[in-house]
Amino acid sequence: MTVRVDLPEETLAGVLAKAFGNRSFLIGFAITLLVAAIALLSFVWTPYDVTKLVIADKTQAPSWTHWFGTDHFGRDILSMIMVGARNSIAVALVAVGIGMGIGVPLGAFAAARGGLADEALMRINDLVFAFPALLSAIMITAIFGPGAVNAIIAIGIFNIPVFARVARAGALAIWPREFILAARAAGKGMTQISVEHILPNIATLLLVQGTIQFALGILAEAGLSYVGLGAQPPMPSWGRMLFDAQTRMVTAPWMAIFPGMAIIVTVLGLNLLGDGIADILDPKSRRRR
Amino acid sequence: MATYLLKRLIIAAITLVLASMVVFAVMEILPGDPARLMLGFNASADQVEQLRNQMGLNAPLVLRYLHWAGGLLSLDFGRSYTYSVPVIDLVGERVVVSLPLALIALALSTVIAIPVGVFSAGRQGRAGDTVAMGAAQLGVAVPNFWFALMLIYLFAVWLRLVPAGGFPGWGAGIWPAVKSLLLPAVALALPQAAILARVARSALIEVLNEDYIRTARAKGLPYRAVLWRHALRNAMIPVLTILGLQFAFLLAGTIIIENVFYLPGLGRLVFQAITQRDLIVVESVVMLLVAAVIAVNLLVDFSYAVVDPRLRGRQ
Repeated sequence: MTVRVDLPEETLAGVLAKAFGNRSFLIGFAITLLVAAIALLSFVWTPYDVTKLVIADKTQAPSWTHWFGTDHFGRDILSMIMVGARNSIAVALVAVGIGMGIGVPLGAFAAARGGLADEALMRINDLVFAFPALLSAIMITAIFGPGAVNAIIAIGIFNIPVFARVARAGALAIWPREFILAARAAGKGMTQISVEHILPNIATLLLVQGTIQFALGILAEAGLSYVGLGAQPPMPSWGRMLFDAQTRMVTAPWMAIFPGMAIIVTVLGLNLLGDGIADILDPKSRRRR
Repeated sequence: MATYLLKRLIIAAITLVLASMVVFAVMEILPGDPARLMLGFNASADQVEQLRNQMGLNAPLVLRYLHWAGGLLSLDFGRSYTYSVPVIDLVGERVVVSLPLALIALALSTVIAIPVGVFSAGRQGRAGDTVAMGAAQLGVAVPNFWFALMLIYLFAVWLRLVPAGGFPGWGAGIWPAVKSLLLPAVALALPQAAILARVARSALIEVLNEDYIRTARAKGLPYRAVLWRHALRNAMIPVLTILGLQFAFLLAGTIIIENVFYLPGLGRLVFQAITQRDLIVVESVVMLLVAAVIAVNLLVDFSYAVVDPRLRGRQ
């Protein structure tokens, strides 16, 4: 057995220096910041009003007046993508919140208690994983009606077992450590140890999983909106824009190209960000270098 | 090994039973009376009541569940409310589109991903690895239905190599049928291949750091032989796990992709059934897909034992 010497606690300055040296993190962070800024900007300014239909300008190719062209109602695609970013971010963010808020306590509890509670939780996890997430999301939104809120719930439900699994696995690795033993000797209870000692130690894992689920949430929301079960018109959403573009591929391909690019760039940014965070904070990859 | 397989089998069976209860419960709480739906809104309350009795809708909940679940076991899914034909017939017509589609996509993604993963792992940190993993990173971010639209534009509209959508049926010959499934399969496969390639690469890199790899190299085996013969086999466990999970993604993916390409598969059937409130069709198809996912994951568990002799010896 190899003796492992834990590295001293990283200082904030050290982590920051490492962050600026990590290419994935830098690119991912920049893209994510840009998308968030564009979404915020859309609240105060867009090149054109997305609620106004200008039939005279319909399906115009990209030009200097309309950078990304216009749709079949003469709306500016760039402006719609900007407003659509809000919807994508909001849905994915809340869905991650639901998954973390419910999944992490469940996973931490299962790891702390072990035994029957743990086994039961893992079996329920298996059960949820047996339902293809998108199929179930389609069912949920079809049953309770389409709309952004139901899309959030549908995507959020399937984030729960993911976070439960990650939190459980992370917590199980921490529980046998000496400092936990010390905390128990000091008379701390299961809940207190979970909150004060386990959670801070699995925060990185959760953060990385969070960015992954965020990215997946954006893809799922786009999929739901594309089949008409997500955000409803006139609220612009990237998936819905692709749906509108589908029948106009021959005459107005830009209607499909740009919203798709927006999805790809956003998801790419989040994935790079997650990879970067994992690289920077994961002690395993630290040793590898 | 028998104990391992038996335990997996029992867990799969329990999951399947629980899943069927969930599906049944969800369908129970849905609004809408199937009898009313079948008879139309002009039917009298008496007629509706009579049909409800006939369809067994007034029986106690537990009996109805047992009846339904028992039917599933003997492949009797009941009759569609809207088409008035046995659900199994509807499903049968559609499975022959969706299943080949998912399988072609799965095969494509494996055939692309494994060589890319091996290639990248063998050149870790070098230019080829960076390019391949950059492409994979991009592939993960592409929504498959958008990719499908782009493929249609490129290959069907522009180059006119394949049809833009629709399905001629297997009766029209194997090649025309396969041809119309090609674009949808590629659209489904590429994003999945990107994920799989990343997993294969990192699993391989993990394995390449092991001592026995050094031993194999030290005894003079060429690097390529070590990579393909020793490392790949040991890296198969995570790859198989992801493959199993991907099957679920692919099945769900077919639902959306079928709508892009107007393919008459299970996905289209579910969508139509949902809009027509043909619940028995919805519940049957969902159950079928869930059963397929559970079966594939069971298969993956079994294949662990095949690739990993250590699992065979245990217990």
